[in-house]
Amino acid sequence: MKKVFDRFYNLIAVICCLLLIGVLLYAVSLLPSYGEENPRSVEVVERYVEHGLEETGATNIVAGMILDYRAFDTLGESHVLFTALICVIILLGKDKKNMRREYDSYYTVEAESYHLLQTDTIVRLVGYVLLPGLFLFGIYILLNGQLSPGGGFSGGAIMGAALIIFAVAFGFETVDRVFTEKLLKTVTFVALSFYSFAKGYVFFTGANGIDNHIPKGVPGAILSGGLILPLDIAVGFVVACTMFGFYSLFRRGSIGHDITFMDQQ
Amino acid sequence: MDFIRNFPLFTIVLSLFSGVLCYMLKPKAARIYTLFYEGFLIVLIGCVLFYVIETGQPFTYVMGEFPAPWGNEIRAGILEAMIALTFLVVEISSISAGYRFLKTDMDESKLNLYFTLVNLMTAALMALVWTNDLFTGYVFLEILTLTSCGVLIVREIGRTTLAAVRYMILNLLGSGLFLLGVVLLYNITGHLLMVPMKETIAELASDPAALQVIGVAVGILTIGLSIKSGLFPFHFWMPDTYGWATPTSAALLSSLVSKAYIFLLFKTYYRAIGIQVLEKLPIHNVLLVLGVLGMVVGSMQAIHTNNLNHMVAYSSAAQIGYIYMGIGLGGMAGYTAAMFHVMAHAITKSQLFLTTPRLAEVAGGNLRFQDLQGSGLKTRVAGAYFTIGALSMIGIPIFAGFSSKLQFALAAVSQSSDKKIILVMLALAVSSMLNALYFVMTIIRIYTPDGRTGRDVMVHHHANYHLPMLVLTLANLLLGLKSDLIIDLIRRGLEMF
Repeated sequence: MKKVFDRFYNLIAVICCLLLIGVLLYAVSLLPSYGEENPRSVEVVERYVEHGLEETGATNIVAGMILDYRAFDTLGESHVLFTALICVIILLGKDKKNMRREYDSYYTVEAESYHLLQTDTIVRLVGYVLLPGLFLFGIYILLNGQLSPGGGFSGGAIMGAALIIFAVAFGFETVDRVFTEKLLKTVTFVALSFYSFAKGYVFFTGANGIDNHIPKGVPGAILSGGLILPLDIAVGFVVACTMFGFYSLFRRGSIGHDITFMDQQ
Repeated sequence: MDFIRNFPLFTIVLSLFSGVLCYMLKPKAARIYTLFYEGFLIVLIGCVLFYVIETGQPFTYVMGEFPAPWGNEIRAGILEAMIALTFLVVEISSISAGYRFLKTDMDESKLNLYFTLVNLMTAALMALVWTNDLFTGYVFLEILTLTSCGVLIVREIGRTTLAAVRYMILNLLGSGLFLLGVVLLYNITGHLLMVPMKETIAELASDPAALQVIGVAVGILTIGLSIKSGLFPFHFWMPDTYGWATPTSAALLSSLVSKAYIFLLFKTYYRAIGIQVLEKLPIHNVLLVLGVLGMVVGSMQAIHTNNLNHMVAYSSAAQIGYIYMGIGLGGMAGYTAAMFHVMAHAITKSQLFLTTPRLAEVAGGNLRFQDLQGSGLKTRVAGAYFTIGALSMIGIPIFAGFSSKLQFALAAVSQSSDKKIILVMLALAVSSMLNALYFVMTIIRIYTPDGRTGRDVMVHHHANYHLPMLVLTLANLLLGLKSDLIIDLIRRGLEMF
């Protein structure tokens, strides 16, 4: 029975996929064409587009929507990345249980020295040229979330990528001088708890009908949109740290300076 | 506004914060903090439960200054509060009782990360229980998926890693399908909050083309969530996932995570799509048939396996089948039975998963049946708790399992079609018999002396094992003996749902 099943496994998989594609295409073909009574009710979208600016103070309506109208969803979303980081630390972080001889030599600097990119002139030069711009671009996107497309997630991703390039071009030792596990812990803790409590405060005051005393600012100015800017900064830091944390964990099994490794040296 | 109405918000936001806090704490501090914090949450939710019973009214809570349909909302009624309370009681018991195994299964330096995951899982469970918005449901579904994979991989042995990879792929598939369903529904209605979505869908359902789209959306969403919760054709991941996880994780995954998915599905049906619309689609009958098949097939597979944990896991597949059968039967009686079984199964299954490793421990760390012979005599406490759980699973009176089977039977006879009555009654009879077969066989096995007398290993059980086990046993007896009270509350909860 199992043999027969194994033989037809690929066939069954393809049939299932085709079936799903067919059903979805059929469902889409039944929808009225866009704008014609579809969706049936547009009151939500209308309010976001027409009153978004005055109610949230953000020129970028998307930012106003995700960080003000539907902030609860985004509060959850910002913790998804943190959860992923914890899972990766559990799985890849070096500890007594998963330290094995082969594993150890795989992660040592000697093994890395075969492909040490920081000795490569081209990579270093490109790093010198590219990195200042990359960091500035990341910060720009981060700070302009309420004004133009961008915000915490995208700005943070660019900054995280810049950190990774920094580590590639100048080696982990250089990064470790500033970026330690303690820094990552502190930044994540401060940023995420600020996020939770700031948003918790807004939910609490909003539901109880209390004025929350958060100034909306002048739309279009950098200090506008109420809590959107601080929240974007918090999310941006978490995203940047997490991305670099992923890279570091996958590369050498620890974030930042690794003490056990230094002892062996 | 009464201050108690803020409590559901606190349960979610404080749990998220606790997760981040445990990342900073030392392992021991993280454990103590988590236990106290969950105790505190139980008090909060107890207050909410009494409040909604007292007022007899559910309440919605606007998340922020924008009311529905523009902003997010959460909602609390009797049913939600009861489910949340059950979840937390089971969770605190599992953390406490499984700690001894967690310490050996996991590197000590990473223990605080486990509690981080547990707290984030609590936040996700609470959000899924309270949510009044489909997309919030999806976001916290993601957190629940990630945390459940996280608590699975902590053992860092090949089998759990393999099980976790498989579990994650299936879960992501499930999440993706759920998201597709939500997107389709949003596309036609323009709403994500459940109440306005239900109203718009009721309007749209008169149009046959729109009804077909709703049907596709409901179908996709149901497949997604039934993969995640382990309904019959998708239950093959259960034995490896539950069987090789550390006991706390096995208890959390089987009792809470899969139930949260079922509760979300039920909520979507009841509050976002509407039973009247659902009745125009064949979904009830499909769930009924799959549930019945799951009950029988799961039990058969449980008989065939030679590993105690796998047996308990396959029995989980059968019990999930019961719940889906209840939803498939429909009507007040069917839904009541299903929700009662969600609670009964959460309490019983966690007790079983927390007991099996102790039985295995005195049998040389082996879960095979031939090695387990006499283990109930070597550690009488664990043997007794296992027997209680097993008797409840079989459906012996005074335990929760009996009451839920009775409710399923009552739900079946209230049906109008004879075929359904016969099908459900037969399934209940066959499944109970099979349940009895393998559980009684196990009980006999663990109480048969293995001939090696005089070498009794008396394992010392700590209070942090006894206390949670007693709590779970008492909860089991409460559901069994005071079932009329619980059923009445569920019915009132469903009326205001």
